[in-house]
Amino acid sequence: MLAKLTYLELKLFTREIITPVLVLLLPLALLLGFGYLPGGNKAQQALGGQTTPEYMAALGVGLTLTVLGLSILPATLAGYREKGVLRRMATTPVRPAYLLIAQLLLYVAAAFVSVALMIIAARVLFGTPVPERFPAFVGTVVLGIGALFGIGLVVAAVAPGAKAGNLIGMVLFFPSLFLGGVYIPREQMPSALRAVGDYTPLGATLKTMRDSWMGAEPHLAQLAIMAAYAVAAGLTAARLFRWE
Amino acid sequence: MPVIDVRNLHKRYGAKVAVEDVSFAVEEGEIFGVLGPNGAGKTTTVECVEGLRTPDRGTVSVLGLDPRRDRTELTRRLGVQLQASELPDKMKVGEALELYASFYDRPADPGRLIEELGLADQHDTRFGRLSGGQKQRVSIALALVGDPEVAVLDELTTGLDPQARRDTWRLIEGVRDRGVTIVLVTHFMEEAERLCDRLAVIDAGRVVAVDTPAGLVSRVAPEQRVRFRPSVPLDDHLLKELPEVRNVTKTGGQVVVTGTDGLLQAVTSVLARNHVIAADLRVEQSSLDDAFVALTGRTID
Ligand SMILES: Nc1ncnc2c1ncn2[C@@H]1O[C@H](COP(=O)(O)OP(=O)(O)OP(=O)(O)O)[C@@H](O)[C@H]1O
Ligand SMILES: [Mg+2]
Repeated sequence: MLAKLTYLELKLFTREIITPVLVLLLPLALLLGFGYLPGGNKAQQALGGQTTPEYMAALGVGLTLTVLGLSILPATLAGYREKGVLRRMATTPVRPAYLLIAQLLLYVAAAFVSVALMIIAARVLFGTPVPERFPAFVGTVVLGIGALFGIGLVVAAVAPGAKAGNLIGMVLFFPSLFLGGVYIPREQMPSALRAVGDYTPLGATLKTMRDSWMGAEPHLAQLAIMAAYAVAAGLTAARLFRWE
Repeated sequence: MPVIDVRNLHKRYGAKVAVEDVSFAVEEGEIFGVLGPNGAGKTTTVECVEGLRTPDRGTVSVLGLDPRRDRTELTRRLGVQLQASELPDKMKVGEALELYASFYDRPADPGRLIEELGLADQHDTRFGRLSGGQKQRVSIALALVGDPEVAVLDELTTGLDPQARRDTWRLIEGVRDRGVTIVLVTHFMEEAERLCDRLAVIDAGRVVAVDTPAGLVSRVAPEQRVRFRPSVPLDDHLLKELPEVRNVTKTGGQVVVTGTDGLLQAVTSVLARNHVIAADLRVEQSSLDDAFVALTGRTID
């Protein structure tokens, strides 16, 4: 039943056309666009010692997690509540929580597909090494998903409908990208801004991903703050979430 | 034991009392109507029956279960059509039925339901592209896809065209004939009269009457009305002298006579004796509409 539900949600997801493109192809396009810039394949001081493709691959993954967590997840769930989809499900033997679980499974899967896509594309096209501390890298991705999706669930819990869900998501989305170092690499930010950005959900995710990709040890404080975001947001969402 | 037993149900939303005091019992195998004007508390009442809302006071039992405590068991045996509830826009009709069928251990055949509800041509249509009436039919199909023992249908045929409405009535009668107990919330007198074995009339959060449609009608004065166009101008007194006649009114060329049993007989013999021919002669009996007005002091719409 959960498999069927998740599969159907996947079908609905692909029928949105624009969202799968955004989630999977935009990061790829960024990788291709910036990766081929002249001199990109040399380690660069301005990117903390990473090559442009390696930097862009990590950035792409971060972007995917943010779009899924702060935009698609809250808009979809708040829309389901607004339309009474959750309520209708509450009249059947299957709790509407399963729909939420199916959604999470789907987006976590989409996130990992994107991760795999970016690693493979960077490796094949630019010879970028796969993340050197691989277990640590996977761990940071998992924590990043926890933090960003957790916050998305809080938005879904408080937003009355799809429009509001989208709006609140966007209000968090753009500052996240800015502080997380998506517009300007963190290495080029003023140090005060960087100090803040490193502890935002996306900033911490991006930095720890890049560290483990380069073979450096991720900062414990950043891993801890990601876990803290995930737990706090998860608990808040569980407390605030309304099915109707 | 009744299938549904509601006793002294009371429900508030903040300071607003939606249901003041509602009691009724639904017997196995009947179609039980809940009739009342907008905002009377019909939806709130049936949502307490479905376990979607918690009553502030009173007790509800469905198939011997407590709708809140025995929720999972109840959802397996009770089918629900909500007054307002949609599906994701991009979900196809066939997919929705298959999905909801998979929620139950022994579901009805989704293909057959789609057929019976006249949705065969919409099998692969996305929900967002259906007409209002088609969405309504999907909603009915989803309420029945679990092959329930009891079905609660809120605003069954609102939004359907007259033909679709008649088809849906036939479907519901078919469902009842399979032994399903049905609670029907409705605005339509014709629907209540045609389908319901018994009715609860609810007004301002209270039950004002529970009876068969015929029983409700007979509670109001058993009045008859005769309308006709006399071939020559007619003196009122000829009619008013008759013991069966209570009132005579003339509008344009039309005469309306109201009175008690045997009215038609009395009026036609007077006309014949006076060589008056009655054109467009019609007899009207007091209807459920009249009963509703008498019980609640207003028309339903
Ligand atoms: N969730 C809610 N919050 C606050 N008030 C509500 C809520 N739901 C219903 N009400 C109010 O409670 C009263 C009864 O509503 P209900 O929906 O039960 O009426 P109804 O008989 O089903 O009406 P209709 O025929 O229009 O569907 C109405 O005055 C309505 O405004
Ligand atoms: Mg209603």
